[in-house]
Amino acid sequence: MATINELKESMHSGSSEEIVAEYLERIEKSKLNAFITVAKESAINRAREIDSKGEKGMFSGIPIAIKDNISTKGIQTTCASKILSGYVPPYDAHVIERLKEAGAIIIGKTNMDEFAMGTSTETSFYGPTRNPWDMERVPGGSSGGSAAAVAGGEAPFSLGSDTGGSVRCPASFCGIVGLKPTYGVISRYGLISYANSLEQIGSFATCVRDVTMLFDVIAGHDSRDSTSVDRIDTHLDARTYASALVNDVKGLKIGVPEEYFDEGTDKGVENSVRDAINTLEELGAKSQIVMMPHTKYALSAYYIIAMSEASSNLARFDGMRYGLRTEDSDWHTTFSQVRAAGFGDEVKRRIMLGTYALSAGYHDRYYLKALKIRTLIKQDFELAFKDVDVLIAPTMPYPAFKIGEKIDDPISLYLSDVDTVPVNLAGVPSISVPCGFSGGLPIGMQIIGKHFDEAAILRTAFTFEENTDFHNKTPEGM
Amino acid sequence: MYENRDGIMIGLEVHVQLNRLKTKVFCGCTTDYHNDPPNSHVCPVCLGLPGALPVINKKAVEAAIKVGLALNCRVEEHTQFYRKNYYYPDLPKGFQITQYDFPISSGGYIIIEGEDGEHRVGITRAHMEEDPGRLVHEGTIDKSKYTLIDYNRSGMALLEIVSDPDMRSPKEARRYLDKLRNIVEYLDIFDGDLEGALRVDANISIMGGQRAEIKNISSHKGAEKALLFEIVRQKNVIRRGGIVVQETRHFDEAREITLSMRSKEEAHDYRYFPEPDLVPLKISGWAPAIKATLPELPDARRMRFVEEYGITDDHARALTSELKLAIFYEDVAEKADPRTAAVWVCDVLKGELNYRDMTIEAFKKEHMLSIIELLVSKKITEDGAVEIIRALLDKGGSPEEIVKEKSLLKVEGDIVSIAAAEAIKENPGAVADYNSGKEKALNSLVGAVMKKTKGRADARTAREILLGKLR
Repeated sequence: MATINELKESMHSGSSEEIVAEYLERIEKSKLNAFITVAKESAINRAREIDSKGEKGMFSGIPIAIKDNISTKGIQTTCASKILSGYVPPYDAHVIERLKEAGAIIIGKTNMDEFAMGTSTETSFYGPTRNPWDMERVPGGSSGGSAAAVAGGEAPFSLGSDTGGSVRCPASFCGIVGLKPTYGVISRYGLISYANSLEQIGSFATCVRDVTMLFDVIAGHDSRDSTSVDRIDTHLDARTYASALVNDVKGLKIGVPEEYFDEGTDKGVENSVRDAINTLEELGAKSQIVMMPHTKYALSAYYIIAMSEASSNLARFDGMRYGLRTEDSDWHTTFSQVRAAGFGDEVKRRIMLGTYALSAGYHDRYYLKALKIRTLIKQDFELAFKDVDVLIAPTMPYPAFKIGEKIDDPISLYLSDVDTVPVNLAGVPSISVPCGFSGGLPIGMQIIGKHFDEAAILRTAFTFEENTDFHNKTPEGM
Repeated sequence: MYENRDGIMIGLEVHVQLNRLKTKVFCGCTTDYHNDPPNSHVCPVCLGLPGALPVINKKAVEAAIKVGLALNCRVEEHTQFYRKNYYYPDLPKGFQITQYDFPISSGGYIIIEGEDGEHRVGITRAHMEEDPGRLVHEGTIDKSKYTLIDYNRSGMALLEIVSDPDMRSPKEARRYLDKLRNIVEYLDIFDGDLEGALRVDANISIMGGQRAEIKNISSHKGAEKALLFEIVRQKNVIRRGGIVVQETRHFDEAREITLSMRSKEEAHDYRYFPEPDLVPLKISGWAPAIKATLPELPDARRMRFVEEYGITDDHARALTSELKLAIFYEDVAEKADPRTAAVWVCDVLKGELNYRDMTIEAFKKEHMLSIIELLVSKKITEDGAVEIIRALLDKGGSPEEIVKEKSLLKVEGDIVSIAAAEAIKENPGAVADYNSGKEKALNSLVGAVMKKTKGRADARTAREILLGKLR
């Protein structure tokens, strides 16, 4: 599958229009259901424009797929929900502005779990996305469409969002690279909120370099997001993350949190990740076991905080200004009818649980307690990072499961996020890279870093990639 | 001491719209929308579009701190925003961004003219929040077939100022509102003349009973009326052996009554939690600089007027009760005798303006200076001056033109003298009465002189001339 630099090369002899047309054709023929909306006409028009003007941006003429919870001016943005069907935003998210400035062409909006609530992309109103490695299996979630599109050759790179693992999980299940940056590094302006205090926009690509190039374009301060931070790692040369991509891990201190390898973890996954750590050690890194004693409370705390915030974030969907509208009645009735008809079961479940957790009499017992646990989890990371530079653990406890296998058992689905959610609670960066296969399905390991130390995890991931070839394997027929 | 026989306790929650700011509280939309079509000043943020995020307007925080300081509050080290979750069609996000724990300022007071002299009303807290949109109905809310929503107002910065339950009568509540409005106007953050600028919720209990919260009060007069009604209602409940229950009531302005909206059991659970999209704001360093920019406040200005211009406390109070009036007076007092200016601005002009429901902006200070000059140089009479003021307000023009047009220049002494001689001749009865000791009879003779000179004679001069002739 072509990398960004290869595509840029090919543009010297060919054209953006040819590249875009090629991807559009693959999308059209695909059975993955990775896209909710394909922006065929606008993508082709933009490619022609770029060809005729000879624009020379970082990504000029290169198509990109965008998760459908990121606001795109003039292109329907649904969050994979019926309630937003037909909603065409009048404005671009910050990351979209940045991508357009860099010349990237939005080829379409990708499928996802409804409002990013899920781990399998099965809760989408537009049907599940399939895993390119096995059409019977899920691509992971919630950014399943964005990951499947890249793994299936329908886009060279894409954007997702990661609230509790929603970039890393599908990257792992689809055998590609997925980066969740430090909270605050990328502006959330235009990202439709599921759980504001946890989520970040992240990037997918087939290799660490492409993920990093994309990250370089979308990272940075934005005055429209009060939680966006005005800093970039000062260790970086030329102030780009790409400058951190050095094939060298000599002296790197790796922490291995044993809590992330507990009994629920698939043996194949565990072995692959431990082998990967060995590989890095052979390249000059040192590893040690670190204690993350509060990890076992992370899932409960995560779900309470995420659902509480979601219950409030999703209150605006009432049919009054945009999206689904049922037959008019008095406002109580209309609000109820729109929300009853517009939201799927998982979204309703989370709104109800979140509302409950914030209610008078339960607020302290659930919401406040979850915030306290969050502080403890953060401290776990701070302590661990006193001794080590990065942490390495499985991204997911097992490879991709079958479509329908877990969807009727929400608890079992929630449990599969056990290794990804602590990272969001702490707000630290993490990247998932392919590190092996189990039963023909890709396995991802995550490399977790200190706040704002994306450089360390990118360098580690890059070095691993340069010395292994897991990332070069592609699904059959793709 | 004021004897509060009914044990009345009134606390007020006042929403002051910071409408002198240039932009809304969380976005860059203008606050100057009052003359524009509905929904013409909106953006993704104040419409609550999916993905839009709020960013605090620093000027709004400064204005809020300003008010806190003017109300003698403690300004907190850091302040935080919360979400108040409830559904309503005017609320585009399904929650209102407001403050809960860590309000921007708290623990202040203001001094009002109470039932028994100066009375201190505690300020519990003053916190920031955003205004929802405005619902518009065709005809009345009950009969309208639909509701229209104008989001121009959505996201306007509000300051909710909560008082302690320190007011003991509806009159004190009104005085509190007058004073509060006066203070925020002095701070140059608020224009009380704009629609929806100031809204009031009133809490009232009597005789140690449960309190009722009255919503939807839009004027100071309305607050007084709603409270008067509520006292009678609560007294009647108790007289009939009932118990006043805690509830929220709605003020029907047209009928001047309050109606039950919801009981304590039906109260909303707003599920407050910290707004994740706005980080806590450190404001500990802001207050000293803002304090240095605080303008002179009404009480200070009142005391200065008494001292500097030698006018009475009553005049000073009345003149400082409106910022624009105080500025008008000072401009006049700088160039004319301050005491004469106080009498004419406060006693005459203000009354004539009130009668016509006009504001001080309708009158030019140059005109007031000319009128005082004409008076001091005795070219016109006091009656004449009043007539000029009325004519200026009703028809416009200049004092000089009106003097000419109405022939208001004082007449010469010999004309008065002739008129006095005629009056004595024509009213032998009154003369006889006066000579027999009925001093009041002189008044009718003065009246006759005034009539003959068509009011242009000065009454005092006429009196003196008459006395001279009768002696």
